[in-house]
Amino acid sequence: MSETITPVRTYLVVFLALMVLTAITVAVAFFELGPLNDIAAMGIAITKACLVILYFMHVRHSSRLTKVVVVAGFLWLLFLIGFTMSDYLTRGMISMQGTIG
Amino acid sequence: MQGESSHSWGLAHHFDSFDQQREASNLGMWVFLVTEIMFFGGLFTAYVVYRSGQGAAFALGSHELDITLGAINTAVLIGSSLTMALAVWAAQTGRRKAIVGFILATILLGGVFLGIKVVEYSAKFEHHLVPGPNFHWNGPEAPGVEMFFNLYFLMTGLHAAHMVIGMGILLVVAILAWRGAFSPENHNLVEGIGLYWHFVDIVWIFLFPLLYLLGRNIQV
Amino acid sequence: MSVTVTTPARRKNYLNADYGIKSWLLTQDHKRIAILYLVSITFFFVLGGVMAALIRVELATPLGDMVEPDTYNRLFTAHGVVMVFLFLIPSIPAVLGNFLIPLMIGAKDLAFPKLNLGSWYVYNLGAILMVAALLRGGTDTGWTFYTPYSSTFADSEVILTALGAFVVGFSSIMTGLNFIVTIHRMRAPGLTWFRLPLFVWAHYGTSLIQILGTPVVAIAILLVAAERLLHIGIFDPALGGDPVLFQHLFWFYSHPAVYIMILPSMGVISELITAFSRKRIFGYKFVAFSSLAIAVLGFLVWGHHLFVSSQSIYAGLIFSVLSMLVAVPSAVKVFNWTATLYQGSISWQTPMIYALGFIGLFVVGGLTGTMLATLGIDMHVHDTYFVVAHFHYIMVGGAIMGYLGGLHFWWPKITGRLYSVFWSKISAGLIFVGFNLTFFPQFLLGYMGMPRRYHSYPEEFQILNVLSSAGATILGLGYLLPLIYFTWSMRYGERASDNPWGAYGLEWETSSPPPTLNFDEPPVVTTEAYDYLAMRDKKTAA
Repeated sequence: MSETITPVRTYLVVFLALMVLTAITVAVAFFELGPLNDIAAMGIAITKACLVILYFMHVRHSSRLTKVVVVAGFLWLLFLIGFTMSDYLTRGMISMQGTIG
Repeated sequence: MQGESSHSWGLAHHFDSFDQQREASNLGMWVFLVTEIMFFGGLFTAYVVYRSGQGAAFALGSHELDITLGAINTAVLIGSSLTMALAVWAAQTGRRKAIVGFILATILLGGVFLGIKVVEYSAKFEHHLVPGPNFHWNGPEAPGVEMFFNLYFLMTGLHAAHMVIGMGILLVVAILAWRGAFSPENHNLVEGIGLYWHFVDIVWIFLFPLLYLLGRNIQV
Repeated sequence: MSVTVTTPARRKNYLNADYGIKSWLLTQDHKRIAILYLVSITFFFVLGGVMAALIRVELATPLGDMVEPDTYNRLFTAHGVVMVFLFLIPSIPAVLGNFLIPLMIGAKDLAFPKLNLGSWYVYNLGAILMVAALLRGGTDTGWTFYTPYSSTFADSEVILTALGAFVVGFSSIMTGLNFIVTIHRMRAPGLTWFRLPLFVWAHYGTSLIQILGTPVVAIAILLVAAERLLHIGIFDPALGGDPVLFQHLFWFYSHPAVYIMILPSMGVISELITAFSRKRIFGYKFVAFSSLAIAVLGFLVWGHHLFVSSQSIYAGLIFSVLSMLVAVPSAVKVFNWTATLYQGSISWQTPMIYALGFIGLFVVGGLTGTMLATLGIDMHVHDTYFVVAHFHYIMVGGAIMGYLGGLHFWWPKITGRLYSVFWSKISAGLIFVGFNLTFFPQFLLGYMGMPRRYHSYPEEFQILNVLSSAGATILGLGYLLPLIYFTWSMRYGERASDNPWGAYGLEWETSSPPPTLNFDEPPVVTTEAYDYLAMRDKKTAA
């Protein structure tokens, strides 16, 4: 199993896409879109991270095992955040100091 | 005792082939990066938990950060990822001088990033926004804002520490590359440090919106 | 599989390949590193055991008449920290796993030999930090470092101990990373996943926990140290922080960490039960996948440590249900072991006595775990001796029985020597009896309401406490014996053949002790694991 070599052109295109996305996310932050602000910021960040992982880190052409490892890493992060938040979001009556609303 | 066998140069004694060695090294690096995800994950969890409790204070905190410097740094770091990717490409295609050049460019961009970070940190220091006994905040939500800056310094600090370590290793790899240690079939070190560097970039890709952007839309 | 001709004595092996202290301290041979680990963790097992002995002496009487309350706090903290971080977590993986995984999968070494050696140094660095903390007076937070006590109020060596745990964590990560890559990339030709010994599967599950969980506790501990050192308030309610967040981060690792201790032990038991029943394991795939199921499910149950810590009741419900689910893969293992025994050709060798002891004790520990996962019961017995008894049944009755069973099983392979059958059986019996006498009364004490972590107690609890302390004496004696006859055997023990138990597996096909590169000829695997039937037929044919 030898390596797949990504052409330089691809790297440059991905770099440009990352730059454009950065510009968009900064611009969007200044508009009042309600909850969409957070969603847009996180959505763009996830897109950028995926671009870096798939192209700069070659996961697109890596073995299935590598893909599983990457997915598992983020899945476990979700477990950590998700189950912790299952506590904080349902405490209900007990409000933390400084809570708004 | 090790490495004197009939194997070709650069292949460790306990591997059968360069392919096996490369796959092991690559998998090892990815598994290490998973531990890094979880390491930063603890801080990200703290951020999510505390932000869910005190969004207004965190919005106030993010207004104190310099969005221009943050955006420039994002661009700089993504640029360094590009040069890192090109260094790996140069190793794959056996361009010795190009490896060295691209790695040095990566180190340089990393240095620019850290330099800008120092400017930002010192501004926070002057404005008494560094948590601890000297923290001072005139406006509302002072405790929550201090918590925001706790997380800001911990997250960006841990990230910066990773960059410093990465730059140190990159320097060693550059020297090895100059000496011709890498070949198209054996350049695991370049590939490994490349993965690490991209990971550090990804952490920043999330830190930037979380710390600088979220809450910007809220008028304060 | 070929039968190796036994040529004992004077053969070149990993032990006599090189001499001198340097050849050990700079070795990259996984087998020598396993020995280095064995020496280190044995030292800390004795240290932790001394702490336990002092605790049991104090608790022999209701009055706090031997040590001050504060000293007692430091004692049980030291006992917990040393036993968990410096003994149990590295015990089976770093010693037996390190030694056996490359042998079992037919590799020359682990994937990253330098990383393996590094992990031992990192472990010792962390251990030195912890010992330094101990010498400076110790820590009084309990091994759990709960905030806000640890971050704000405790006036003891929290930072040093915490940093020690932080550093040791990295050695654990290094070991886990090495195992995962090794198991994926270094298997001998023909050794498919479903031909792997179950010991290897169990270590794979363990390694997953080590790499996914350890970094989280590392950062949590780092935050406590930062809070103390820099006077910032990450878990400080005055800043809107939440001390319970620390518990979340801590148990995200530390609950799965219990499975780091028990999974390798289960792997050992699968090897022992098959070897001494002369049977293929019942339901190989179920046992293999139950290891992974335990590793994964183990990450989703940590909230059962927070039932009474202001965690939301809804989260408590989810965690309670998920905790009970862990009983399913655990029970699969127990049922399959017992099914393997059925109609097996059972021989009562020392390792088998440990294995059978393990099954019994693990069942008690596991079932009381299911009880504790029930919200209503946990509210009642939380922080009582019921919990103490439960986790000792898992960690001591389970993990240490497995460790000792494995050590007795592979000792001839590791050292090339045999130990005293008589004394080893005596010690196995003493440990089983002593263990139950020590910890079963604690279930009763806890159920009657005796809280943990107090150095004195009302008089009506004395009888059970005296029983427990008496049991601890027997248990201590049981642990002392192997230390003596193993040491003795290293010099005077009879030389072992390559396969003294007639067991199945690649590690038994190489010489005892194995050569530096493990096999003279690179092995090729053509059969399933534990194919004792084929092995017998071949022997009869020959």
